[in-house]
Amino acid sequence: MNSSLKNTARMLGAGLRALLVLTLVCGVVYPLAVTGVAQTLFRDQANGSEITSEGRVVGSSLIGQRYDLPVTTGTGEAAAPDLRWFQPRPSNGLGANGVNTRYALILSGATNRAGDNAELVRWVKDAKEAVSRDNSTPGHPVAPSDVPADAVTSSGSGLDPHISPAYARLQVNRVAERNGLDAGRVAELVESHTSDRVLGFIGEPRVNVLQLNLALRASAS
Amino acid sequence: MSPALSGVLQLLALAAALGLVYRPLGDHMARTYSCDRHLRVERWIYKAIGADPTGEMSWPAYLRGVLAFSAVGVLFLYLLQRVQGVLPGSLGFSSIDPDQAFNTAASFVSNTNWQSYYGEQAMGHVVQTGGLAVQNFVSAAVGMAVAVALVRGFARAHTGELGNFWSDLVRGTVRVLLPVSVIGAIVLVACGVIQNFAGIHGVGQFPGGTQQWNGGAVASQEAVKHLGTNGGGYFNANSAHPFENPTPLSNLFEVFLILLIPFALTRTFGRMVGSLRQGYAILAAMATIWVVFTLLMMWTELAHRGTAFEIAGGAMEGKETRFGISGSALFSVATTLTSTGAVNSFHSSNTGLGGGINLLGMQLGETAPGGVGSGLYGMLVMAVVAVFIAGLMVGRTPEYLGRKIGTRQITFAACYLLVTPALVLGFTAAAMALDTPGHSMTNSGAHGFSEILYAYTSGANNNGSAFAGLDADTQWFNTTIGIAMLLGRFLPMVFVLALAGSLAEQTPVPETAGTLRTHKPLFTGLLIGTILIITGLTYFPALALGPLAEGLAS
Repeated sequence: MNSSLKNTARMLGAGLRALLVLTLVCGVVYPLAVTGVAQTLFRDQANGSEITSEGRVVGSSLIGQRYDLPVTTGTGEAAAPDLRWFQPRPSNGLGANGVNTRYALILSGATNRAGDNAELVRWVKDAKEAVSRDNSTPGHPVAPSDVPADAVTSSGSGLDPHISPAYARLQVNRVAERNGLDAGRVAELVESHTSDRVLGFIGEPRVNVLQLNLALRASAS
Repeated sequence: MSPALSGVLQLLALAAALGLVYRPLGDHMARTYSCDRHLRVERWIYKAIGADPTGEMSWPAYLRGVLAFSAVGVLFLYLLQRVQGVLPGSLGFSSIDPDQAFNTAASFVSNTNWQSYYGEQAMGHVVQTGGLAVQNFVSAAVGMAVAVALVRGFARAHTGELGNFWSDLVRGTVRVLLPVSVIGAIVLVACGVIQNFAGIHGVGQFPGGTQQWNGGAVASQEAVKHLGTNGGGYFNANSAHPFENPTPLSNLFEVFLILLIPFALTRTFGRMVGSLRQGYAILAAMATIWVVFTLLMMWTELAHRGTAFEIAGGAMEGKETRFGISGSALFSVATTLTSTGAVNSFHSSNTGLGGGINLLGMQLGETAPGGVGSGLYGMLVMAVVAVFIAGLMVGRTPEYLGRKIGTRQITFAACYLLVTPALVLGFTAAAMALDTPGHSMTNSGAHGFSEILYAYTSGANNNGSAFAGLDADTQWFNTTIGIAMLLGRFLPMVFVLALAGSLAEQTPVPETAGTLRTHKPLFTGLLIGTILIITGLTYFPALALGPLAEGLAS
């Protein structure tokens, strides 16, 4: 009994020492070395691929933003989309931090609703209606059946920086009208901001909303 | 190009890339675990541990090493979270509550990486990088060590010795996981994954004003998260978060990292038992299941059955535009057929059948190709059972790789197979019978049941993915899933090592005309059949209540 106890203690001691040494190697040296290389070779990417416009940082090319009208504080109303700008996908799964509340963090996330979930069915229906209403302009009505899936569903992260080319094209007439621009000019902007699949087959074609809106702002002014 | 064609081409590209590195990596791992020389850094580590790396261990001694190292790991990680509030370099985040700290410690040490916390608001630099990421390495190295010990059981004769645990642990970390992780992390940074220690800082926005981001050592953690089939995300959205998985290319690369070691270990196995073709037969079984599951998943997600998806015109809920349906299907099958559990799309919003494929993938015991190490030893236990069934059919003493599969061996294999289903079904039944656990469901009906079945399947199989509609941060779920993860990891290891010990003692029997040829396609087919039948018999009633009911209703 005594010797097996001693044996166990010896094993635990070895385990602790192994853990501490491997923590030094994998938890200190490795991340610092990778950080060193990353900050030397890929400084821009390692720090969040930030985009600067007119001398100030306006976000990251990788992180989606909302383009909403300012909310009057205290009314408790949901923010309405600012229809001058191209709109991103819904983000019903995003949250705000519930702990460490001296920070105002965005919690990435999805809605986790199943296909037969009543709430999700309602969100999709409402979004479909809103998208077709908001994007219908005189002479260019948008039918609910024209609205692509990504326009009415929330992404996995809630921070999807892209929309499908179909959803971008659907917004062209509205955006042109609101900014007093020629629709052909706006359609050209969408075209030039559409990325194809990588190497022709990896991923999906997509439009980066922030970059498109920056180009739009430059054209409008 | 249609999304379906793009998905098939991505699958082919992935298979080609895996095929390219299969031989060099498999052979490198065989050398790693067989050679007599020690690197200088390894000698330095052995000295610090105070262990003799050449001392051979019997199976109980090897097991004691595994358990002691892992027990210390749980305790250390638990304490690190409990004192986070006073640790420097923790962004001023408060300490983690006891039940969640236990759950998280059990989760990362058992290679599960189930997360009941939100990474970006709860864990500071020290816990993420110095605690969680470290277990991403060493829990994977422990899995590989146990697999190698079982392979030695097949390769050795007249000895009860299975190698040295400390040496296997250190070599797996230093010679396999670290170098590949360094390369992987740098590739990911080049794609746009962040790697800094900026902490929480404001970043300007398009409409004006700023928003707060949490900057940390993400790329270094992301690389080993996939390579070690761990799966715990830096951020809550895991690999759907653009800072963890920014481009279609990084997405394919992450799936590659997930599958890299589990597939290549079959080559290591073949090398070490002296017959590469034995390794190929195992590989063929793994690859067949993987390809079939991936194609099925792409089909059901592209067909988008389900009320909300039909109205929307596509199953894009919980999926990112840049990956699309195919890139999400590819990832979600790879993550549930291995023990990874990282997600780039949210499985709860898959179609009913898609969610069922995720569940079934885990319930196969994660053997196609499975977690690093655990996939290989799980598959070898299944091979033992397959050989046994074949032996019963022809009335002959079964043999595998020249080792007799007798009462002892089959007892250990049977115990191994019983552990996980007992945990999954037992805990699911308890949670459904009790009053409060059900309050955590987001969805009701069949999908709500699936949420709970998924949680325990994921925990006991050490996967870590979730039907995340379930609010799992309750005392009940933190505690019971924590227990399921620990028992689901370490009890099977006990039986694997006992099996290895009993095999290594034997005198090999010579191959005769009546020996089952275990390197032929016939055996691969038998192996796949055994896995499907055992899993089907075990889980069919539970699956019928959840995803099947939901899939048939839509």
